[in-house]
Amino acid sequence: MTRQPGALLVLGWGNLSRGDDALGPRFVADLQERLPQSLLTHVDFLEDYQLQVEHALDLAGRKSVLFVDASLDAAAPFEVSEVQAMRDSSFTSHALSAQALLQVFTDLQGQPPPPAQLLAIRGERFELGQAMSDAAQNHLAAALAWGLEWVRQSVATCRPANPV
Amino acid sequence: MTNLETAENAQGLRRVAIDPVSRVEGHGKVTLLLDENNHVQQARLHIVEFRGFEKFIEGRPYWEVPVMVQRLCGICPVSHHLAAAKAFDRVLGAAPITASAEAVRRLMHYGQMLQSHALHFFHLSSPDLLFGFGSPVAERNIVGVAQAHPEIARKGILLRKFGQEIIRITSGKRVHGTGAVPGGVNKLVSAADRDALRRELPQMMQWAYDAVEMVKQLHEQNAILYNGFADFRSNMLSLVRRDGAMDLYDGVLRVRDADGAILFDGIDDQQYLGVIEEEVRSWSYMKFPYLRALGNAAGWYRVGPLARVQNCDFIPSERAEIERQAFVAWGKGAMVHSSLAYHWARMIEMLHSVEVISTLLADPALLSGDLIAQGTRQRSGVGIIEAPRGTLIHDYDVGDDDLVTRCNLIVSTTHNNQAMNEAVRSVAREYLDGQEITEGLLNHIEVAIRAYDPCLSCATHALGQMPLDVTLLDASGALLDRVQKSPGGGLTRLPEPSAALAA
Repeated sequence: MTRQPGALLVLGWGNLSRGDDALGPRFVADLQERLPQSLLTHVDFLEDYQLQVEHALDLAGRKSVLFVDASLDAAAPFEVSEVQAMRDSSFTSHALSAQALLQVFTDLQGQPPPPAQLLAIRGERFELGQAMSDAAQNHLAAALAWGLEWVRQSVATCRPANPV
Repeated sequence: MTNLETAENAQGLRRVAIDPVSRVEGHGKVTLLLDENNHVQQARLHIVEFRGFEKFIEGRPYWEVPVMVQRLCGICPVSHHLAAAKAFDRVLGAAPITASAEAVRRLMHYGQMLQSHALHFFHLSSPDLLFGFGSPVAERNIVGVAQAHPEIARKGILLRKFGQEIIRITSGKRVHGTGAVPGGVNKLVSAADRDALRRELPQMMQWAYDAVEMVKQLHEQNAILYNGFADFRSNMLSLVRRDGAMDLYDGVLRVRDADGAILFDGIDDQQYLGVIEEEVRSWSYMKFPYLRALGNAAGWYRVGPLARVQNCDFIPSERAEIERQAFVAWGKGAMVHSSLAYHWARMIEMLHSVEVISTLLADPALLSGDLIAQGTRQRSGVGIIEAPRGTLIHDYDVGDDDLVTRCNLIVSTTHNNQAMNEAVRSVAREYLDGQEITEGLLNHIEVAIRAYDPCLSCATHALGQMPLDVTLLDASGALLDRVQKSPGGGLTRLPEPSAALAA
């Protein structure tokens, strides 16, 4: 039987073989490993190389979405920001920005997207074949602690007031 | 008259740079050297090559490679996955692979073709085609398409989703799949998955057909533009089946010249080095392949949909063959060379892909049969596949310890390197010579490059890493204007605005 979509979606992107670019998918994998079963049932995890248009379909039915990517601009260890649907150039070709993805969702579904946050984890090096830097490992650990708490709080918010 | 690759006197010319090229994968930079009258004196497309790919692979156990090579490219990982698996089939002496393994791999490959072509047409190129090349940049993107033409954007997304579902089913995962292994595959398709895909086929077939009709209408409505934009003669190279049919998974190499005459045919994929040589030029990281027999000046060629649709003698599926014949008729007996015709050819291939998927889903070999073939171990192997962007070559040597000792990759975009440079020059001559430099005009160059759907360097995309940087220098080399655009679309102009670059 097909499982119903989880209320929460954690969507990370990056390339595992390009040094700190692996932060997004590593966060997704590590968070999935650390969450207790009672919380796992509320969360879907998704990783990809890049954010793509069809990910708009993965947002449907969610109570909340967490986007995760490596960032050269974010302050260490990580930054969290609210993402609003917005038309932008997204000229970086085959990939979309998180805000543009939310806008695609809005235009396709005719309704506002679910609340979304972007977790930008500071990375330092991104060359093919490089291992993740020590600094990025530390940033990942800090981000995971925040991520665990984000799931706990989000699940608590999503739950009915008087669960049966 | 200069061919515009190298100016006779580069000093004293001003330089316009577009860096990187938008809606093109990876990093690219276009430089135009202008004289005092805004006449283009030199045009080049500089590309940051797939640096270190071979070193990334060498020293690894061969059985890891079909999985690892997916990380070379976040856009067409399945093509690398299958090309590497085909090469290591040869290393294992597993040629041919089993009927079931070939059916599963073909299904995976045509699913990849479908999803890649859908993304390119509906989401990367349709903004240019639907809104016009000089329309405001804020509209000319997929978000603009989704708002103005939601039904088109939706079809594109669902076609792409269908292709990706095929990849998930055949490779085991949505990304980082492991379905193809040296010698065969590691799993078959379940009846439930097959049936789920078949239920969606009629809708996908209709949408793919609609897409061909749409691009055909665009040509008919503006034949002068579509026939003349970045139109230049070239040789065409691709795989074809031994009987001359289109085959995107396997075959022999065929080359036609610019008039359509066959120059080479039936070249075994293991012998590609006897036909193709690569040239290094000092100003680009990307090599320039050419046909050995013709030399570098006359031997360059194009690959991808435009080459494949015209290189084959027929397409072995009913509806796509009808569309191929319409495409050929459009050329009135001559080869079609316009760069915008890539879009039409690409949609014919997308329709063909859906038809092939339909045929494969009726093949019982998908559901049962042997997974792996075996043979006599060899020390080297070549795998060639027609990836969405064109011919993709993987070539490996493997030591007795099973470690890869040599790796040579020629990716589709590299084959088209000279062609994309020719496209830039053609557009520069036609649209930029003697005119003000505006964002809309610069986009004409990007439109020409995007027709080839190049994948310049992949999958490094951390937030904040890919600003658009446009620089204008005067005849003495002093900075006149510089515009930086963030990934979010914001513009920063340094030091002072210049009318020449006002968008």
